[in-house]
Amino acid sequence: MSSREQILARVRAAVRDAPAVDIPRAYRTGGPREGLVELFAERVDDYRAIVHVVTGDQVAATIGAALAARGVTRLVVPEGLDEEWARAAARAEGDEAATRALVGDDPPLGAGDLDAAGAVLTGCAVAVAETGTIVLDTGPGQGRRVLTLVPDYHLCVVRAGQIVGSVPEAVARLDPARPLTWISGPSATSDIELDRVEGVHGPRTLEVVIVTDR
Amino acid sequence: MSGAFLGMPAFPANAAHAVQDSQLRYNLRKATHTIRGKRAAVVGELPDWAELRAAAAAIKDEALRDLDTHLLTLEAAVTDAGGHVHWAADAEEANRIVTDLVKATGETSVVKVKSMATQEIGLNEALAAQGITAYETDLAELIVQLGDDWPSHILVPAIHRNRSEIREVFLSKMAEWGRPAPDGLTDEPRALAEAARLHLREKFLSAKVAVSGANFMVAETGTLVVLESEGNGRMCLTLPETLISVVGIEKVVPSWRDLEVFLQLLPRSSTGERMNPYTSTWTGSAEGQEFHLVLLDNGRTKVLADEVGRQALRCIRCSACLNVCPVYERAGGHSYGSVYPGPIGAILTPQLRGMGSELDRSLPYASSLCGACYDVCPVAIDIPEVLVHLRAKARHSPAERAGMRAAGWVLDKSVRLAKAQRLGSRFRRLAPKRLPGPLAGWTDTRDIPEIPAESFRDWWKKTDGGRR
Ligand code: SF4
Repeated sequence: MSSREQILARVRAAVRDAPAVDIPRAYRTGGPREGLVELFAERVDDYRAIVHVVTGDQVAATIGAALAARGVTRLVVPEGLDEEWARAAARAEGDEAATRALVGDDPPLGAGDLDAAGAVLTGCAVAVAETGTIVLDTGPGQGRRVLTLVPDYHLCVVRAGQIVGSVPEAVARLDPARPLTWISGPSATSDIELDRVEGVHGPRTLEVVIVTDR
Repeated sequence: MSGAFLGMPAFPANAAHAVQDSQLRYNLRKATHTIRGKRAAVVGELPDWAELRAAAAAIKDEALRDLDTHLLTLEAAVTDAGGHVHWAADAEEANRIVTDLVKATGETSVVKVKSMATQEIGLNEALAAQGITAYETDLAELIVQLGDDWPSHILVPAIHRNRSEIREVFLSKMAEWGRPAPDGLTDEPRALAEAARLHLREKFLSAKVAVSGANFMVAETGTLVVLESEGNGRMCLTLPETLISVVGIEKVVPSWRDLEVFLQLLPRSSTGERMNPYTSTWTGSAEGQEFHLVLLDNGRTKVLADEVGRQALRCIRCSACLNVCPVYERAGGHSYGSVYPGPIGAILTPQLRGMGSELDRSLPYASSLCGACYDVCPVAIDIPEVLVHLRAKARHSPAERAGMRAAGWVLDKSVRLAKAQRLGSRFRRLAPKRLPGPLAGWTDTRDIPEIPAESFRDWWKKTDGGRR
């Protein structure tokens, strides 16, 4: 008998007498409806990420200013990124002559290239207000999973319409066939005396721009 | 289970040793109390915690009841998505499968994400025996590996070490494994984390094979889920060309939707955060990666066969029960002689390994049955119930059984008890501190209470309940 058959046979013998189970789903499947942007911003901030809440006409300036503040000269941009955001990222604010190098992922970047780039600008698939979480699903404007992992700085733009209230709402919106990355703040560890330290292997800085309207 | 723990003395001896270590007790107390407070705050935030907990317990029960069907569904879904599924009846077989898979790639090293299942089967040792080096990449696991130590907590395996001990380990051991610790390393947590980042970075960027576990496997979609904090998990899951995940069969949940429950319960119970920094989910071969799933039994079906004990398989390894346990707080994780310490270890280890050794027979007694673990458990495992059940199942020595029979006879009739109490009082000065012969087993772990000069019963009669 193969191990597969053996394990399945053992399982069947073990649970022969187990009673049927009803799953009570009395928990909340919806979430807050009002104030999602404020709640999301507050919860992201709790993880010591940097948060901006801006209107559509301020996005470009905010992206430019954020990159300038960190002295970014090269950054990774995934395929399908909003063109306005990409243009804003390339143009160094207030100085027409200076530009930043945008690094595309075609052909796919190696880990060393990503390490050297140091920064990445993406959108997201869904965001969760109650937990301050951004979910990426490798769709347009997000790219392969490593793009938001190896560079030390992740700038992420979230449209207000992408924010849902609760975890159940996010799970319902997402497609399990796609690889998903749920991000809640910068990488962190509490392994030393349970003191939280931001920034271990993933990006040490997460900056989130929330856009309230177009 | 891992050979490292075999031949360890029983829990009481280990614990007696551990409680002498005041540094250990201080580290443990500080850590468990901090995390308890954080957990309580974020659990209190959710008005529907009780409902989530009830749903989680039922989802796990349902998953276990139809485990055969779910495993087959999972296998089909993973295979459809380009992954390969292997079945391992025991530790030896799992180790052999993983070793062969690594050898087939021609690599001699792998990077690892923290996984209890691979610790349970002693995978690192098995790989080492075949000339393959496994690099642990979780900060705490790195500390444990460099320090040639054992994990002592599910979530924070190096919880028994404080910052200056960690600095020592890094300074003396990092060079042996790769990039040495930076000069002038301080014991600031930030500096220590930075040293780990630098040490591991080159390993991640060049790794070709990774080994992981998983927190959940969704049968319906074939999706695996890993929750983590540092990003080492993401590194291992995405950068290498080949990913091998070793996962216990009890990690199955039936449907994608079930994650809406566990993604709320686990981070809040575990690190005391609303959400852990990173959760990765993937289905089969993601982004062209070669993916192997090794489904591990290794005693789990034996646990499943026990009507009372099977609830231990609901465990999502959050470690909340460790953090509230008065016994764990004092005895530390190593006393349990297993990769699963604390209350969950006390019920899981003896069931997985069987109660053949003295250590495993002693584990169900490593508890005061206070019930704090049950209260915090997000999947409502009635740990005290299982402990009592296992105590009854453990083989007791003839002397203990004779003693219990005698006690039963005395306690059965109040006249006999009154007589025995008077006898006890009369000869109280003769009562030894330690019992002789085979009875020593009892007093090895307990002090004999002082026998009062007069029993309560006699006092009550004499004074008419204190009125005279
Ligand atoms: S037994 Fe419950 S509280 Fe303990 S680790 Fe498992 S799930 Fe968490």
